[in-house]
Amino acid sequence: MSVAEAPDRKDASGRGSAFAGAAAGDQLSIVEPLIFERSRAERRGVRFPSASDVARAAAESQPALPASALRDAPARLPEVSELELLRHYNRLAHLNHAIDLGFYPLGSCTMKYNPKVNEWSARLPGLADSHPLDPEGLSQGSLELMWLLAELLKEISGFPAVSLQPAAGAHGELTGMLMARAFHRANGEGDQRTKVLVPDSAHGTNPATATMVGYQTVTIRSNERGGIDLEALRDALGPDVAALMITNPSTLGIFEDQIGEVVRAVKDAGAIAYMDGANLNAILGRFRPGEAGFDVMHFNLHKTFSTPHGGGGPGAGPVGVSERLEPFLPSPMPRLVAGDAETVRANAWAGRSTPDARFALDADRPRSIGKVRSCYGNFGMFVRAYTYIRSNGDAGLRTVSDDAVLAANYLRVRLRDAYDLPYDRISKHEVVFSGRRQKREHGVTTLDIAKAILDHGIHPPTIYFPLIVEEALMVEPTETESLETLDRFVEVMEGIAELASTDPAAVKRAPTTTPVGRLDEAAAARRPDLRHQFGAAPQPPSGSAGPEAGPEAPTA
Amino acid sequence: MSYSPHTDADRSRMLAAIGVAAIDDLFADIPAAVRAGDWTVPDGLTEQEVRVELARLAGRNRIPEVSFLGAGVYRHLVPAVVGEVIGRPEFATAYTPYQPEVSQGTLQSIYEFQSLICELTGMEVATASHYDGATATAEAALMACRLTRRHRVAVSAGVNPDYRRVLETYCSGPGVEVVTVPIDLAEGGSGTTDPGRAAAALGDDVACLVAAQPNFYGQLEPMADLAKAAHAAGAQFVAVVEPTSLAILAPPGAYDADIVAAEGQPLGIPTSFGGPYVGLMAARMASVRQMPGRLVGATRDVEGRKGYVLTLQAREQHIRRERAASNICTNQALMALAATTYLAAVGPNGLREVAELSTVQARHTASALEAAGLARRRFDGPYFAEVTVSVPDAARRHAALAEQGIVAGHLPERDEPQLRDTLLLAATELTTDDDIARLLDALEATR
Repeated sequence: MSVAEAPDRKDASGRGSAFAGAAAGDQLSIVEPLIFERSRAERRGVRFPSASDVARAAAESQPALPASALRDAPARLPEVSELELLRHYNRLAHLNHAIDLGFYPLGSCTMKYNPKVNEWSARLPGLADSHPLDPEGLSQGSLELMWLLAELLKEISGFPAVSLQPAAGAHGELTGMLMARAFHRANGEGDQRTKVLVPDSAHGTNPATATMVGYQTVTIRSNERGGIDLEALRDALGPDVAALMITNPSTLGIFEDQIGEVVRAVKDAGAIAYMDGANLNAILGRFRPGEAGFDVMHFNLHKTFSTPHGGGGPGAGPVGVSERLEPFLPSPMPRLVAGDAETVRANAWAGRSTPDARFALDADRPRSIGKVRSCYGNFGMFVRAYTYIRSNGDAGLRTVSDDAVLAANYLRVRLRDAYDLPYDRISKHEVVFSGRRQKREHGVTTLDIAKAILDHGIHPPTIYFPLIVEEALMVEPTETESLETLDRFVEVMEGIAELASTDPAAVKRAPTTTPVGRLDEAAAARRPDLRHQFGAAPQPPSGSAGPEAGPEAPTA
Repeated sequence: MSYSPHTDADRSRMLAAIGVAAIDDLFADIPAAVRAGDWTVPDGLTEQEVRVELARLAGRNRIPEVSFLGAGVYRHLVPAVVGEVIGRPEFATAYTPYQPEVSQGTLQSIYEFQSLICELTGMEVATASHYDGATATAEAALMACRLTRRHRVAVSAGVNPDYRRVLETYCSGPGVEVVTVPIDLAEGGSGTTDPGRAAAALGDDVACLVAAQPNFYGQLEPMADLAKAAHAAGAQFVAVVEPTSLAILAPPGAYDADIVAAEGQPLGIPTSFGGPYVGLMAARMASVRQMPGRLVGATRDVEGRKGYVLTLQAREQHIRRERAASNICTNQALMALAATTYLAAVGPNGLREVAELSTVQARHTASALEAAGLARRRFDGPYFAEVTVSVPDAARRHAALAEQGIVAGHLPERDEPQLRDTLLLAATELTTDDDIARLLDALEATR
């Protein structure tokens, strides 16, 4: 079978089964009803004990819940047995593609292997059952883990201080920009600095974050080499600029080789230099933003440090900051309050506890921006990231970046004939191709190409991003994919390019092997069906948001 | 060790294909002036070594034998089936469902989640998830500002102090002022928000009133009256709720809440030292285009088959950039799946049993403390499953009990100095009669 042809095995529903998620499942129902439709009155999964007579009698003396505060009718939650429940979600699981099933080169998302020992760690009862408000004397292990992880992130990034609190990358951005603003306010420049500079290759979260902090976004164009246009940057910098937010390596997979000049220009103008650390996976041990003069960077623990992406979270977005931003970090911070830091680190690296060490949460931070999240962050992700960093260690982390970059460059070179490559330079974590030739010559769009990739059991690259590349295909292979996997991807991509020229309609029909075909997203947005409607016929929800209801929709 | 599969032979082949001699050549684009100096990261560990290290840290924690600690994070049974479902790699190792054809598992489960949250809260639309209850509350308040085009937010002092701190931080971004409506904290007082005082705080520039049911101190708020006060001022009413309580307490839709925010942790998610949890948000359909965060909708494929997609994305950062409703991107999908699985596992009867057993054991606790003369309830009026009690010398005795592995709830004086010598005690279905007896004995011994 040519790789360009979609596999033609079909199941009873007429859909094929090349899709990795359905690989085990010719006998599985492809269409799984909603859990509500499996419900039968009185069926139960979990049961709970009854209160004792003693408890009930004692409770009598206390104020009862007033009838006015009670609900009239029970919530219509599904009633299913545990087996039915499990089968339902197992069947749904079969409809997903995932890293553990196949290649997932989704650009800018760093879909690397998530080692299983990380999961083992996070489920240790001593950690999973730790309550965030337990007295500190009972939580020394959790606090030590957080402190050690922050120490490692400081080493990796070159920043003198790290807060683990933000729950995701975008949340880290919000934290960083709030600190930038607090810094300017402390210097009496809060009112004057109102603009944030963002390159045109930036992820959408950067401008959205600037808005959340009350800043106005000014877009800086890229130069013909895919880097920032230094002249445009210098022109835009001035006493009204609060910060530059720059992703490095960029969303083009390119290391900004003028980074020294960029940081210097930003700081000379009195602004804060923010680095979006989404693409840190390419530069471990090679570039440390703190050392290079940046003021603040967020990490994505779910990218660089392999915590599972969970179908869209949980992530974790710690921030590292320079000396001058340290006072503004979110509160509280885990601190070593007794014992010598050097000794505690050395012991921990040797797997030993330090008997006289004592950790505490420091909330006495008068200049802090405050809290950005309840408690201290996504602790379960800290456990996984710590496990990952300790497993890899010095040499392992360097290998991560070396092999991630090697794989991206290998794909760049292998696929640059089949697809246009607008910026043919050394890649870092990813490489961005363009489907413009296929579109212009054969009417096959990048969306069509992505859908055709699905028929080969591979998740497509990120598409139509960055916005500055026409018909973009953003490929991030990561370091954990074997050469055979990379070669097969090359074959598939070449095959699709070939098919686009010989039989474009075949590409436009894709996917044909996935559990469902192309879905009508316009209809979904036009007439939103966002929840199960109980009862016979589906009813449009009251106050239905028609297509005309724009952002100025009146309140109910 | 690293998880890279490459052999030296593989690397040589790849380098040859690229046309460079060494991997270092692929980093030639990093100028010498900014290249990393040396770091001190320890050497890598094998699996057996790293397990020893993590077991060491886990062993440094002491999980209390008896705990009445809640204060926003609750120890409930996490059914084994929940761990089984969220541990499935097809859910855990997928990402945001950008390609719906190969993400129907995640998408359908989110649609089920949205449906369950609507059903629990009595609202018309729920989002796919937020970071936690605190950020969901803050985003709800900012959403109210967008809906009303007003720039002040009123929040009841009965809302979790951590949530109020996060609300302050989020509101400081766009320069939204936060006004706190005090609650009656006096001994023998109601421990709740007075609708008259709330009304006084609501000018025509206030976007919303935020109140919690039950409130941080366990007390039941007059939510219907607070909603009326908010609406009379043209403001939105934001209800912060505890999800298990909704098995028996009126859903926010019934008292005319406009936006609902909640911490979903009690629904099958371990306490895990503060996260990951899941923020819940629900609202009216008419407000959907101002909601932050992801939404999944049902649609049809080219052959008419039902399927699910991310929808109404014109609200979101990757489309709208600086005009987005929020910068939220990755959120807490796997934790939403935990909540979905939990709600389906316990069903309506199980959730009611959890809520009832929790309320009975909270009352049993308060009643036994009062009968023994060890404590008395701080506030008058009904409470849900957490109760604030006055106890002489509370901080010292709390610390003494912790030494024995008994956590006598939370010390509210950390946030409200007025509540010196009180304890906030939470019960759940896991609270046993024996736990209550041990709390009594330990408090007796420190009298």
